[in-house]
Amino acid sequence: MQSISTKDNISVRIKKDRIFLGLVVLLSVVTVSPIVLIIFKLIAKGYKQLSFGFLVEKMPDTMQAMTAVTNNELIPGGIANAILGTLLMVVLASVIAIPVGIISGVYLYENQGKWMANLTRSVSDILQGVPSIVLGLISYIWVVKHVTHGFSALAGSVSLAIMMLPMIVRSTEETLKMIPQTLKEAGLALGIPYWRVLFGILIPTGFSGLMTGILLAVSRVIGETAPLMLTALGSSVINANIAKPTSAIPLVIWEFYNDPNMVDLIWSSSLLLMIMVLAFNLTAKQIAASRK
Amino acid sequence: MNSDKITKIVLFSVSFIILFIAGGMVFSLVGGAIPSFKTFGLGFITSSQWDPTEGKESYGALPFIAGTLITSFAALIISFPLSFATSLFLGEYYRNTRVAKVLGTMVDLLAGIPSIVYGLWGFYVLRPFLIDIGFENQGFGVFTSSLVLAIMIIPYATSLSNEIISMVPNDLKEAAYSLGSTRYEVIMHVTVPAARSGIFAGYILSFGRALGETMAVTMLIGNANIIPDSLFSTGNTMASVIANQFGEADGLKLSALISIGLLLFVITGIVNGIGKLIIKKMN
Repeated sequence: MQSISTKDNISVRIKKDRIFLGLVVLLSVVTVSPIVLIIFKLIAKGYKQLSFGFLVEKMPDTMQAMTAVTNNELIPGGIANAILGTLLMVVLASVIAIPVGIISGVYLYENQGKWMANLTRSVSDILQGVPSIVLGLISYIWVVKHVTHGFSALAGSVSLAIMMLPMIVRSTEETLKMIPQTLKEAGLALGIPYWRVLFGILIPTGFSGLMTGILLAVSRVIGETAPLMLTALGSSVINANIAKPTSAIPLVIWEFYNDPNMVDLIWSSSLLLMIMVLAFNLTAKQIAASRK
Repeated sequence: MNSDKITKIVLFSVSFIILFIAGGMVFSLVGGAIPSFKTFGLGFITSSQWDPTEGKESYGALPFIAGTLITSFAALIISFPLSFATSLFLGEYYRNTRVAKVLGTMVDLLAGIPSIVYGLWGFYVLRPFLIDIGFENQGFGVFTSSLVLAIMIIPYATSLSNEIISMVPNDLKEAAYSLGSTRYEVIMHVTVPAARSGIFAGYILSFGRALGETMAVTMLIGNANIIPDSLFSTGNTMASVIANQFGEADGLKLSALISIGLLLFVITGIVNGIGKLIIKKMN
């Protein structure tokens, strides 16, 4: 351990202490200021456009948008195609990732310390660190090229599902670890079959923990753009066919950003996306807090 | 076969999907990368030519590797004082207070903002601001990207450092206080040294995050296929070049982009692996 300089007299040392505290508070405020600035900016520029029609109407084409902008009117139409596309892909990704994630989490919990479980856990951690654009490439190679033979909602969902999977695995295992062993032992002692102990006792007991993990995973993938650019591509019509190109809210934001006529729509779309992300995120936090 | 055994087999085979995905990922990336590595050999990594003109196609990834490392490293340096201060605020000065709870939630929400929203904010708010104050002429490039990247990775470094800092045993700190240390001295001479490796691991993991960020960087870096020669130069990163050029890619170009994906996969894997190893050693 370094020796503390004793040359300074006490008043200098106290002054240093004060200055440091001031710096810490100042820098902490600077750190969180972007979240406030961003949300205010989105509200200020986006609220006008955000109406019921924005949620249920189809995307305008670039000519309609241009006419509206030159007449100083609000751009007509909405982003219903994108909202439904996001819902479709996130639901499909959840359907793929949640069962696999929960069962794998149970497997890891039941096989603590065994090498196969350790390997699976490490690989799952590695998957969590893979950049989302690489997951887009992978889903392009697997699904776009070989399954749907073209850009598709399914390909988008697969890339999102691979992203959600490690988060769900981890939160499932962490949740189960916090459940008292006695609960499981009591179930087994009563002669309840192993699978019912796992899925009838452990999982329901940890339900709120699992929900937290799932909601956080959804809030993370709902705003993903890069992997969808490589897989779902986007579409200006409402599409319910998982083998066809599909739009999503982040994808239309990217389209609007690149189209000078539609650029006014980025703020309302981003505001809507942000509301969805925050809703999932804060609900997850609320559930987690109420458990304690 | 009894039901217990079936249950165990089901658990095992479903979790095997994770290994299957990871293995398949490596297999597919390597498979997709083979044509470009066959054509350019190691030159793919060392060349800075990126020419998609048919007939004399030539692809080298050096500008993107350099762009990725430079932007991520700059982001790490910019984020350091901010996340260090924030983790002291949360884990030391105001631990378990209401204000720390609010601030902590806000830091978590920073991690929740979609990359594309950061990109828009960087483009429409930060970029004009940097030009207005005379800090930048064009507003595009390595510096603007790094600034936004820094904000994006702060939550990752903060959450780990804050956790480790708040775990430093009170006896240690009290011993220093009893010797007459000020709080600043306790933090610098006791808390931080005791939490050093955890704080370090947090920064490594946040660096790993920065390497793979795509949309915000794509919107701010200027998308020039050159090796950035200064902090205010434009450039391209591995992730942004994939996002930008994927739309029109097939054949050799597609293989070149997949090769960049493979390199990105390997680099982030190594960086995250080092971070995880440090954390494992601490426990």
